Amino acid sequence: MIVLTDLLLSLTRIRAVAHKEFKELGRDRLTFALVVMVPLVQLLLFGYAINTDVRHVPSALVDLSNTSYSRATAQAVEATQVAQFVMQLHSVEEAEAAITRGDIKAALILPTDFVQRLDTYSPLYKMPERAVPRAVGQWLVDASDTMVASAIRGLRVMPLEEVVGLMPAQQQPSFEMALYFNPEQRTVVNIVPGLLAVILTMTMILFTAVAIVREREQGNMEFLITTPVRSLELMIGKILPYILAGLVQMAIILSLGYWIFAVPINGGIGSLLVAALLFIFASLTLGLLISTVAQTQMQAMQLTIFILLPSILLSGFMFPYEAMPRGAQWLAECLPATHFMRAVRGVVLRAAEVRDLVADLLWLAGFSVVGVMVASWRFHKRLD
Amino acid sequence: MEFAIETDGMTRRFGNLVAVNDLTLRVPTGQIFGFLGPNGCGKSTAIRMLTGLLTPSAGTVRVLGKSLPQKAEEVRRRVGYMTQKFSLYANLTVEENLAFVANIYGMRKREAQQRCRELLEIYDLVERRLQRAGTMSGGQKQRLALATAVIHRPDLLFLDEPTSAVDPENRREFWERLFDLSDRGTTILVSTHYMDEAERCHSLAILQEGRMRAQGSPQQLMKDMGANVVEVDGDDLRALKQRLLQMPEVLSAAQLGTRLRVLVRDRVTDPGAYLRTQTGLERTWELVRPSLEDVFVICTGGSPNDRTD
Repeated sequence: MIVLTDLLLSLTRIRAVAHKEFKELGRDRLTFALVVMVPLVQLLLFGYAINTDVRHVPSALVDLSNTSYSRATAQAVEATQVAQFVMQLHSVEEAEAAITRGDIKAALILPTDFVQRLDTYSPLYKMPERAVPRAVGQWLVDASDTMVASAIRGLRVMPLEEVVGLMPAQQQPSFEMALYFNPEQRTVVNIVPGLLAVILTMTMILFTAVAIVREREQGNMEFLITTPVRSLELMIGKILPYILAGLVQMAIILSLGYWIFAVPINGGIGSLLVAALLFIFASLTLGLLISTVAQTQMQAMQLTIFILLPSILLSGFMFPYEAMPRGAQWLAECLPATHFMRAVRGVVLRAAEVRDLVADLLWLAGFSVVGVMVASWRFHKRLD
Repeated sequence: MEFAIETDGMTRRFGNLVAVNDLTLRVPTGQIFGFLGPNGCGKSTAIRMLTGLLTPSAGTVRVLGKSLPQKAEEVRRRVGYMTQKFSLYANLTVEENLAFVANIYGMRKREAQQRCRELLEIYDLVERRLQRAGTMSGGQKQRLALATAVIHRPDLLFLDEPTSAVDPENRREFWERLFDLSDRGTTILVSTHYMDEAERCHSLAILQEGRMRAQGSPQQLMKDMGANVVEVDGDDLRALKQRLLQMPEVLSAAQLGTRLRVLVRDRVTDPGAYLRTQTGLERTWELVRPSLEDVFVICTGGSPNDRTD
């Protein structure tokens, strides 16, 4: 009986804190706007902007041969849409200078003996004994951006039969390809669910960390500590409104992704909710942990960024997890964002269900439980 | 006599700084007890230890018969605390702040509503009830803070410099409310650096640099201060003050407008005659009633408002 009334009192206090937090959140126009505007703006921005499919690399053409063949080759290159010739230059040195200046990313050199070299590709050509056909030209590439470089590298082998005026030989592919889940290879399909993980990481961690540190900074905490409210109750009460905020953000991101960028939501809403709630919990406890360390709102923000950056760069949002060295993968495994990134892409894109994601979901749940325990142990109801 | 607060050798260090040093207190139940001292004398630290916010570095603390900090949670239900800084939610209205605190103390809806209405009446906040707390004046904020501190009808109320942001008229009114609470049996511990406030307390402890310099009722403290007070007027008081301070029996001399207030050890039976003969000045050396300020000067060697930090 005593346990029951105790529990009821506890719930009353949690409700009081949550109710108060809701009201404060509602009146803090900027924070309220951020809950809605951050996902909206970032989704539109990144959905349109981020594209790993490199096209129209600004390039220069150095056509030293200046024949109809060389012009036809240049046209064939442009027709691939990978490179676009924005200038015509007259020497290799000029091309190098333009690359150094950053005017262009690549330059195609077609040498004076272009036509003789091209001849070796003609089936009528009798190759001398032991000779190897030589390349017809050369690409100079600013390879500092690996994505641009690999796009140009895709032009390394180009069928030149058409240029010589022959029917292109039918090349039989060694393997058939079946591209699942994103057959058109649109980057945005991968970006939208990833963005959900990044935005939730940012807002959920920051909101809780700041909400609690602000309470301390403004002196509310000194009063609250002398009341019967327990630290765990205070934390749960403060977290509840932000769980709702997180779900609102998820709804915004996924529905806009569906309507504007035609990103399908293949999985079930139930699995999605389970994954999202677990991740929101994990991020909120991370925010709580920060709030037990940070003394000011400024420190809370800096600590949030400290976690946000690896969450963006190592979680698999920007760069494939598989491409990272082992050590970095272990580090990434420590971040809740990595696990949610896998889970949400699984649900949204591959229609995975809870049972397919058990490992990641269990990790998130475990993180939350341990996090809340550490946070309420660290959060003394004292000032010293 | 029953004591609401008993401490023995209560001490708190922050690194090398000893904020509260060996404080032994007995606060009788039902009294208004004052901590008087300059800023930085350890008043707030002492109150924070008595409310269980800080753990003492040494010594024992018993509040309402319970040991702190072990029984802090039990004591919390029976204690109210009004912080020095306004610590309610600026974005919430007066009514919402009260309702929040009522719920925190586990009141049921009907009970909470009734108590809030009652407090709005008592603390003259009925017309302000829909106003955001952050937009109110100092006096109104202070009334709201007191209302929330007593919402659960505590047996013991801590007030940390409650009137520092309030004009004198509101201060007087505020003290009327404290006497009302005291009449109903609430023990009140209030810290202040205002003499007029200290004089209203039933009992006082004068603190300086973390140590207790004197304890007793204001009347007792004035009686026992070991000095008589003489006032004199006339020209060139600054030079006279310097001369007086050289004399062995003069503890202090301070100018108050056109008069000089001189504290003379009470082993001098006729201080007026003593000063007249010592200075050779035929002025009116008038024996006056001592004040708490004089007690304070003798206890600490300075005025409470001299130092700010």
